[in-house]
Amino acid sequence: MFMSSDIATPGTTPERHIVQPGDAQHPIVLSTEDLHVFYGDKEALSEGDLKFARNQITALIGASGSGKSTFLRSLNRMNDRIATVKGRIMYRGVDINQPDIDVYEMRRRIGMVFQRPNPFAKSIYDNIAFALRLRGITAKNKLDEIVETSLRQAALWDQVKDELDKSALALSGGQAQRLCIARAIAVKPDVLLLDEPASALDPVSTSQLEDTLLKLKQHYTIIIVTHNMQQAARISEYTAFFNQGRVLEYDTTSQIFTNPQVQVTSDYVSGNFG
Amino acid sequence: MTKSPEQLEQELKRRSKAAKLEIWGRVVSFSALILIVAVVVAIIGFVASKGLATFTTNHVNLWDFLSGKNWNPSLTDAHGKPEVGALSMIVGSFLITVLSAIVATPFAIGTAVFMNEISPNRGAKILQPVTELLVGIPSVVYGFIGLSVVVPFTRSVFGGSGFGILSGTCVLFVMILPTVTSMSADALRAVPRYYREASLALGATQWQTIYKVVLRAATPGLMTAVVFGMARAFGEALAVQMVIGNAALMPQSLVDPAATLTSVLTTGIGNTVMGSLQNNALWSLALVLLLMSLVFNLIIRLIGRKGRLQ
Amino acid sequence: MNSKVQNKIAIGVLYGIAGLVVLILLALVGYILVSGLPKVSWHFLTTPAKAFLKGGGIGIQLFNSFYLLILAMLISFPIALGAAIYLYEYAKDNWVTNLVRTAIEILSSLPSVVVGLFGFLFFVVKLRLGFSILSGAFALTFFNLPLLTRSIEDSLHTIDDKQREGGLALGLSRWETVTRVILPAAVPSILTGVILSAGRVFGEAAALIYTAGQSAPALNFMDWNPFNISSPLNPMRPAETLAVHIWKINSEGIMPDAKAISSGSSAVLVIAILLFNLAARYLGKRLYKRLTSA
Repeated sequence: MFMSSDIATPGTTPERHIVQPGDAQHPIVLSTEDLHVFYGDKEALSEGDLKFARNQITALIGASGSGKSTFLRSLNRMNDRIATVKGRIMYRGVDINQPDIDVYEMRRRIGMVFQRPNPFAKSIYDNIAFALRLRGITAKNKLDEIVETSLRQAALWDQVKDELDKSALALSGGQAQRLCIARAIAVKPDVLLLDEPASALDPVSTSQLEDTLLKLKQHYTIIIVTHNMQQAARISEYTAFFNQGRVLEYDTTSQIFTNPQVQVTSDYVSGNFG
Repeated sequence: MTKSPEQLEQELKRRSKAAKLEIWGRVVSFSALILIVAVVVAIIGFVASKGLATFTTNHVNLWDFLSGKNWNPSLTDAHGKPEVGALSMIVGSFLITVLSAIVATPFAIGTAVFMNEISPNRGAKILQPVTELLVGIPSVVYGFIGLSVVVPFTRSVFGGSGFGILSGTCVLFVMILPTVTSMSADALRAVPRYYREASLALGATQWQTIYKVVLRAATPGLMTAVVFGMARAFGEALAVQMVIGNAALMPQSLVDPAATLTSVLTTGIGNTVMGSLQNNALWSLALVLLLMSLVFNLIIRLIGRKGRLQ
Repeated sequence: MNSKVQNKIAIGVLYGIAGLVVLILLALVGYILVSGLPKVSWHFLTTPAKAFLKGGGIGIQLFNSFYLLILAMLISFPIALGAAIYLYEYAKDNWVTNLVRTAIEILSSLPSVVVGLFGFLFFVVKLRLGFSILSGAFALTFFNLPLLTRSIEDSLHTIDDKQREGGLALGLSRWETVTRVILPAAVPSILTGVILSAGRVFGEAAALIYTAGQSAPALNFMDWNPFNISSPLNPMRPAETLAVHIWKINSEGIMPDAKAISSGSSAVLVIAILLFNLAARYLGKRLYKRLTSA
């Protein structure tokens, strides 16, 4: 197999195309440097260095097995137990991939929402409040306030405000996922990582979730893995395209979808992939 | 409002409450686990050291112990050696275990097949809860019923006292039946549905499907169930002790009083003095019992491994 | 013989076997209840046993059985819980873990009489605890630990890994996640396992005859100071349980109504086990429902 760089001539498509995101209003909050992820001996991510701008939504797209979820889960070290992550993960100037970083403190700043809604077997209220209680916030009025703002930000407040004592396991899929978002933002994170948060939801819930994310970006830096290209196009400012454990293209979302520079990206976004 | 990287790094490197709790939790839960392992080691160590004393302190020949037919540790034989031949009890234990397993196996597997393959509805609603409940019936209750029903019955049919291997077998058969049935049913349930569908689709009758496909596929699981039942039968003490007659003699027939390792242990240990040969000899029986339970364990593991390889 | 005839015969035989087994099991339970229940009365359940005369009850034995059960559970549950948490949540899949699991399996397959003899050697003789409630409770703990650990581990297994990820992503430690998220969700199934193992412990006799002893000294049920010799709560007194009682009076009982007392005791034992079973099923289902609905 030829490497694409071998056959590329000036003026035709490059092998990789990476831009620097961010500006004065949207400084870089999180970036990776020389990141490599291994599952055992197998390298799952080799060239995956990206920078993420504050208060923007960045979408990570690519086929399954392309390394996008591996990348995302490395960012707040959720993969520590199953993978070896080498390289630096710079969060506001601090490398959080050092062994003496307190991962629990770090994960309160870099929160995560998963593919399948995973509400705890507790009441709606306690789903949000219990992690706060463990961190020393016990005053009832303070808890009430955080629960309400979190639920409002996640656009769930109006639907559940009268049944906060109800078990969260009784919620519908879309509501449960928004509860998980509320739960994640209740600890006041800085960055929010979302791993295909809408893949288990119906179209209506999906579109509500997207509205919620668009509102949330004024408070948080959001990185979202999605296999749904329309979704990436609808909500994100920047998009990164992953292929076989490498980032091939990283640019503004409109560029990626209207004028991709790399041939494989072009094939993928136009549906001619595989 | 924004912190310098140095400040942030300091905050992120401070040991949080969560990190402290994590270490505490690991230590606590690991200690619990180590405690269990220590118990196992202690049991094996103590029983082994006591059981081996017969051979090391009292200088009984191991072969005499295993092959001797006379059990009378307080007496010495013509050569001045103590009579500690355990063969009659070892034979008694094996005989009763094998016989009860032979009788129980067809009943248990037949019932498991019935409740899983032929009438799954009735199986799930009635048979399964009933067998699971019966697994929990205490062994003394089995012993008591053996004593008040089985022994008089044996006596009236075969004469003699009614105590013996046959009564013991009957009691153990009923006792291990629920266990073996319930585990066999689990083994059958683990056979994927499409095995049966494929076989039936090829025109096989239900019996052919059961015999040639389901039972074959479930063989390791069924064997595990039977060995498990045998291990339980071998180690059962009180139920057997109540009906076997407790005569440490080589069994001449199934209806003469006999003894097993467990029955001699339960009756003897309270009547001997700690540290005496009589007492040490009993601990040697306990050691045989322990070693046999390790052997059963090993067999179950080997079956499991073989099952996985298939 | 063609395969259809063969099929019919085989299925007929299977019906026969299953029917016979049901018959045996029903006869067993039937016999226990029919011969035992008429003996059971309030008087029988509450009066002390008599050694030489008829008309004795099983009051003290029944109390001993429950007291020993509760003590054994109080000791074994935290240990089993800790061990199960370590095995399921922390242990890596390596040879050490394998060895530990093997050790636990060995403990669960040891004949209970061997466990009892070890208890006799270690607690009664070496630690000089004598034939006592405490010795018996430790023996029952050893007997109970492997199964309870296994059952709690299975309960932890029923809780989705996504719940663990959810806790970790909030910045909770694994320990906080397990104790605050996983265990509460696993309570119904853990409880079922605990009650079922309680049934086993309740009926155990072989591990007790040389640890808790075979005698039931008179108790003063007005005296609840555990340090007094005749107090029911005194953990240093010998305590014959109901199961041991059945064995004892059948092996060397000298009261004239030994058989009737055995029947009654067996019925009580079996009914207690039955209640444990039903309670386990009912409570497990109910708690689960409460957890998942409003």
